[in-house]
Amino acid sequence: MYHYNDFDQDFVQERVSQFRAQVERRIDGSLTEDEFRPLRLMNGLYLQLHAYMLRVAIPYGTVRPDQMRMLATLAEKWDKGYGHFTTRQNIQYNWPKLADVPDMLDALASVGMHAIQTSGNTIRNVTADHFAGAAADEIADPRPVAELLRQWSMDHPQFQFLPRKFKIAITGSPNDRAVTKAHDIGLRMVEKNGEPGYEVVVGGGLGRTPMVGKVIRDFLPQADLLPYVEAVVSVWNILGRRDNKYKARIKITVHEHGIDKIRELVEEEFAQIRPQFTGVDQALLANIQSQFTTPTFRTAPVEGYLAERDANPAFRSWSDTNLSDHKAPGYAIVSVSLKRHGATPGDASADQMRVLADLAETYGHGDLRISHEQNVILPHVHKSDLPAIYAALRDADLHTANIGLISDIIACPGMDYCALATARAIPVAQEIATRFDELKLEHEIGALKIKISGCINACGHHHVGHIGILGLDRAGVENYQITLGGDGTETAVIGQRAGPGFAYDQIVPAIERLITAYLELRTDEEETFLEAYKRLGVAPFKTALYPEEKANAA
Amino acid sequence: MARPFTPKVITANALLEGDAIWLTADDQWTRVMSEAELIEDEAHGDLRMLFAASQAHVVVGPYLADAKAGENGPEPVHFRENFRTTGPSNYAHGKQVEL
Ligand code: HEM
Ligand code: SF4
Repeated sequence: MYHYNDFDQDFVQERVSQFRAQVERRIDGSLTEDEFRPLRLMNGLYLQLHAYMLRVAIPYGTVRPDQMRMLATLAEKWDKGYGHFTTRQNIQYNWPKLADVPDMLDALASVGMHAIQTSGNTIRNVTADHFAGAAADEIADPRPVAELLRQWSMDHPQFQFLPRKFKIAITGSPNDRAVTKAHDIGLRMVEKNGEPGYEVVVGGGLGRTPMVGKVIRDFLPQADLLPYVEAVVSVWNILGRRDNKYKARIKITVHEHGIDKIRELVEEEFAQIRPQFTGVDQALLANIQSQFTTPTFRTAPVEGYLAERDANPAFRSWSDTNLSDHKAPGYAIVSVSLKRHGATPGDASADQMRVLADLAETYGHGDLRISHEQNVILPHVHKSDLPAIYAALRDADLHTANIGLISDIIACPGMDYCALATARAIPVAQEIATRFDELKLEHEIGALKIKISGCINACGHHHVGHIGILGLDRAGVENYQITLGGDGTETAVIGQRAGPGFAYDQIVPAIERLITAYLELRTDEEETFLEAYKRLGVAPFKTALYPEEKANAA
Repeated sequence: MARPFTPKVITANALLEGDAIWLTADDQWTRVMSEAELIEDEAHGDLRMLFAASQAHVVVGPYLADAKAGENGPEPVHFRENFRTTGPSNYAHGKQVEL
C-alpha cells in the first residue's frame, strides 16, 4: 500500500500550519472574506447552504484501514457522525465549524491525507477504476500511474492557476469503470506488440456542455506519459478561454479548435519538453510500483461459500449482485452498497466506516476503495470469508443487495446542501429507491443506472445515466428533466432529453411509467433498459412519460 | 421600466458556523428567519445592505432574499430560502432540530 514519502508529509503538514494561521486571521478580522475565500478553497473548504463543507481527497479512491478509521473520527468529532462519498472518489463533511477545520486537516495529515487541490482551478484528485489491481479483466493496475500523476500535479507551479479545474481519470481495463471519456484527460492502458502504453482521450466532460472525449493519441508509450500529459495541460493553459468561465474547460478548447489542431499543438509542445524528462519519472514510477504489490493470495476451499449460498437466499441474492470477478482463483471483489433503500446515497456513518476498516483488515488484505458510484469496495476477498463478511455487513446495515440495480443511484448533494443547486437530488433518489423496493421489481428490472444532479453542473453524472435526472428551478418550483440513453462506460454516450420536466411530486411516477414501459417492451429478461432503448429509440419511452400529450394529439 | 420592489430580508452565512442567519431591525443577526426585519422599501434595503456589508467580521456573503409577511414575521418565498430556514430535507437535522 502506498505511503507518502517525507517530502509529501512535510509539504502537507506545512500547508496545514499555514492554513491554521489564515483561519485565525480570518476570525480575528485581519483577513476579509474576499482575501480568505481563495485560501480556504485551496484547502478544500467550501461554504454551502447550511454550513461549511470540507472536501478530502481520496487519490484514485484507495484508502487504508487506518485512514478509513481517521475519516470516521473526523465524522464523529467534528461533524454529525457521517461522511459523504462522492463521484470524484472524495469524501465530503457537511457540517464542520470554521475554527475546527485546521484540527481536522492535522488529523488527516497524520494518516497521509489532505484536502489540497480538491477545489480551485488546478489538477484535481486523479480518479481511477475502483477495481484496480483486482479486476479479472485488467491489463495492469492503473494506480501506480495515478500516483505518479498525483505527485507530478501536486503543487505543480505551472498548474495552480489554470483557466479552470482539470480532471484526469485512468483505467487499466478495457471495461471502463472510471468514466474516462467524461474527463478532461482520460487514460486507458493498452498494449501494442507487447509494449505497455495508453490511449489518451481529451476534452470529455459533463456540466452545462456535456461532451464525450476524443482520442488524441491511440498509443502513447508508457515512458512518454508525463511529458505528454504536461504538453496537453500546457497547450490548454495557453489556449483555454479565461474570458468566460463556462467556456474555459478543455472540452470547449477542443471543440473550438478541433481535435486535429489540438493534437498538432500538443505534439509540438511534447517534442519540446520530452528531452527534459530524463527518466527520473520512470525511476519514480518503478519505486511507486514497488509499493503497490499484489497481495499474496491464498488457496482455500470454497465449499463453505457454496453451501451458504444454498442455505441462505438473502446471502445468495447479495452475492449475485454485489460481487465481481477477481483475477485470482477463489477470490471476489465485494462492492458494499451505501444505498440502503431510502438512505442518502454515498453517506456512511462513523461506525460503518470502522466496520469496513475492520473487514478490510481481517479479510481484505488491508485494502479499501471508494467508487465513483458512491459505494465502498473490498477489492480482495477470498470467497470462503464471504459468509462472515456478509454477517458483519448485515449487523452494520451495509448488506443491501442492489449494486448496479435501480436503487444504486448516484445523487449529488443538490439543494439539501449545495449552494449552487437549483433543486434537490437526494430525496428523489430516496423515493425512487423506496418505491421500487416496495414494488419488489428491483431485481426483475436488472442492470440500470439512474443518476441525479441538482443543477446543470452535473456532479451527479446525470448525462451518462441510462436514466438521468436533472433538477431545475422553474419559477421558484422544483422541476426535473429526464435524459435517456446515457452511458458512462467505454461506449460512452450523452443521454438525450426526453421532453418537458416534471414537478417534484410527478418525477417518481414518471420514472415508474418509464420502467413499466421497459418491462413490457423488452424482448426478454436478458435485454437491459439501455439495450431496449438503443433498439427502440426514444419514441415508446416518450409515450410512457407523456401519456396526456398523446391523448391530446389524438 | 424598473421592476416594482417586492419585500425582502437580508440573509447571510455566519462566519464561524456557516449556517443561515438573518438581519433584524435592531442590527442583530438571528438564526430564526421570522425574527428578521422585513424590508418593504428599496432605498431602505440599500441602506441595510450597506450595514450588512460592514459586518464582514461576523457574516459571509449577505444578500437580499425575497420574503413575505407571515403571522409570526417574515417567511420565505422561494423554496431555496425555505430550506435555509429548516436545514436539509434528507435527514432531520440542521435548524429544524437545533432551534
Ligand atoms: C457541494 C459542493 C459542490 C460544488 C460547489 C460543485 C461545483 C461544481 C461545478 C461549478 C461544476 C461545473 C464545472 C464545469 O463544468 O466547469 C461541477 C462539476 C462536477 N462536479 Fe461538483 N460541486 C460540488 C459537489 C460535488 C459533488 C458532491 C460531487 C460528487 C458527487 C461533484 C462532482 C462533480 C463532477 C463529476 C462534475 C462533472 C463536470 C465535469 O467536470 O465535467 N461535485 N461541480
Ligand atoms: S450538480 Fe449542482 S447541485 Fe449538485 S453538487 Fe454539483 S453544483 Fe451542487
